[in-house]
Amino acid sequence: MSGIPHDHYEPKTKGEKWLHSRLPVLGLLYDTLFIPTPKNLNWWWIWGIVLAFCLALQIVTGIVLVMHYTPHVDMAFASVEHIMRDVRGGHMLRYLHANGASLFFFAVYIHIFRGLFYGSYKAPREITWIVGMIIYLLMMATGFMGYVLPWGQMSFWGATVITGLFGAIPFIGETLQTFLLGGPAVDNATLNRFFSLHYLLPFVIAGLVIVHIWAFHSTGNNNPTGVPVRTGSKEEAEKDTLPFWPYFVIKDLVGLAIVLVVFFAVVGFMPNYLGHPDNYIEANPLATPAHIVPEWYFLPFYAILRAFTGDVWIVMFLSWITGGIIDAKFFGVLAMFGAIAVMALTPWLDTSSVRSGRFRPMFKWWFYLLLIDFVVLMWCGAMPAEPPYSTISLIGATYWFAYFLVILPLLGVIEKPLPQPATIEDDFNAHYSKHGGTKTVGSPAE
Amino acid sequence: MIRKLTLSALAALALGAGAAHAAGDEAHIHDVDFSFEGPFGAFDQMQLQRGLQVYTEVCSACHGLRYVPIRTLGDEGGPGLPEDQVRAYASQNFETFDPELDDTRPATPADHFPASNLENAPDLSLMAKARAGFHGPYGLGINQFFQGIGGPEYIVNILTGYTGETKEEAGTTYYGNKAFPGGWIAMAPPLSDDQVTFADGHAADVHHMAEDAAAFLMWAAEPHMMARKHAGFVAVLFLAILTVLLYLTNKRLWAPHKGKKHA
Repeated sequence: MSGIPHDHYEPKTKGEKWLHSRLPVLGLLYDTLFIPTPKNLNWWWIWGIVLAFCLALQIVTGIVLVMHYTPHVDMAFASVEHIMRDVRGGHMLRYLHANGASLFFFAVYIHIFRGLFYGSYKAPREITWIVGMIIYLLMMATGFMGYVLPWGQMSFWGATVITGLFGAIPFIGETLQTFLLGGPAVDNATLNRFFSLHYLLPFVIAGLVIVHIWAFHSTGNNNPTGVPVRTGSKEEAEKDTLPFWPYFVIKDLVGLAIVLVVFFAVVGFMPNYLGHPDNYIEANPLATPAHIVPEWYFLPFYAILRAFTGDVWIVMFLSWITGGIIDAKFFGVLAMFGAIAVMALTPWLDTSSVRSGRFRPMFKWWFYLLLIDFVVLMWCGAMPAEPPYSTISLIGATYWFAYFLVILPLLGVIEKPLPQPATIEDDFNAHYSKHGGTKTVGSPAE
Repeated sequence: MIRKLTLSALAALALGAGAAHAAGDEAHIHDVDFSFEGPFGAFDQMQLQRGLQVYTEVCSACHGLRYVPIRTLGDEGGPGLPEDQVRAYASQNFETFDPELDDTRPATPADHFPASNLENAPDLSLMAKARAGFHGPYGLGINQFFQGIGGPEYIVNILTGYTGETKEEAGTTYYGNKAFPGGWIAMAPPLSDDQVTFADGHAADVHHMAEDAAAFLMWAAEPHMMARKHAGFVAVLFLAILTVLLYLTNKRLWAPHKGKKHA
């Protein structure tokens, strides 16, 4: 499949030939399983398999949960308690599913930031990146709607707040919000459509995951050096790569097993740590919780949403220019979705000719600052919208946009990259000192 | 290994306690040592039975447990009452409306506990999970990590937190309570010393009764806690062994390519 020359599947027996001439499914499996993979991939590359595991876990546990769940405002909360108390293993299923969502997002954030550091979004992998971003957006939609289903207080009020964002869109907002909710407020119609979509979207994600894998199998994996695999001949390519099976399958499984040790410790010993106590109170449209806080994985973007209040000059300026059409609320919504949009546009915002952050002395520090920024924003999102958190959120949100819109384009011009290894083989051998420690350049400090 | 674990757990507890202290007087919830805390914590069956007694004789006058099936009183990992006692408990204490009879009848183990009698008395089925006793510091979740979310502690603190003051507001009497948000609660102090006589002769002062009731409500909110911890432990153990085996496999598999002769 990939542009890297390698052995292809040859049907040997009569049966295989019969099948191959009609449906080359074994060839597809062969090419996928034995795809040449850069042999210098480090441990940051295991999160793809963790994500695949998460998707499978969520779909399997979700399908069983649906067998016992009732999507009705009067029964949803009780049906979740029925799962927790009466269904055999139901409490494990539900805790696996709820914490599985957290693992899913934890993994996707590491996966995304790995891509941002090693320049995995750069040509020729823009489509892999964009598809990945769409998957991430769908994950957020799915996660949000799934959180509404238990019909607790946070479910209800979270749904009210988030759908209210769409109400902030000028002109069509109110109509759109009513359309999304299926009525004037969050009610049974909302619960039913969220349930339907929460079941549908994971399969859309699964389809896009196949496209995602197809895309990077067509270009070949990126790797920590960003230097492409040599494709001149099969012999050359084999010096830079090893087949996915067994080398990377086993390595990925080591990573997955370690992650799962932590995951099952959380599920077994502290399954409610990442949840919110208020969601064990049945939804009550007449009682607003003191603090409406989204799940931890939405917090950085929630902080960006709340950062741009009416007294920020850019909000005032835009509001004045547009004659009040863009108010603080709508600006917040634009900022939140914009924060993801700029991330999706990274392939065209990063002007550097060097892929990997390992060889970019200035970029490195800005990137580490972005990581810190992400964590700080996450923290701000959980805190009340008042000083000093509102100020910190604003600084954090500003840096987020500055990184993608100003720093990345500028760095490509002003930064002097470090020398890169000529080949992946050189990098690999330098790391493992195969030939008497011919350590060339860019020692992998990661 | 066990000693190491104990030591690190102690260190963690000390850290957690320090952090809680640093949070200042924002939190009035004092930590309570429950038997069911930590990865190996288990419900104390006798305590759950005492808590059930407190619930039945005191709390159930107003509060319900509508999500809890009475039969689960006989479940393993819970109060563990024998079957005949569960049946007797159900029929002696609660009546339920049966739509088929179009009349009330004594409850059976198949029924749930009744719902709350008073409109403003919240259902207690999930109370131990629906309140957070511990926060912070600074929204970082560190205290909850070491001490737990603090639902049962919150219940104990409410039950023992009455200051003795009262005030009237719009015809309702409010009682001063150190643990309740805002400091005034509509629930009159429900417990008094020796209000309940425990069959096992256990002390029945307000603090002990409060702890027993909180432990019982933790079970009511999370009846499969012990099964869950057991499953978690088995999974962690199994995966840890699998990790070691996979790691060794991986090391051996890659050795020839990393210039090592043998793994």
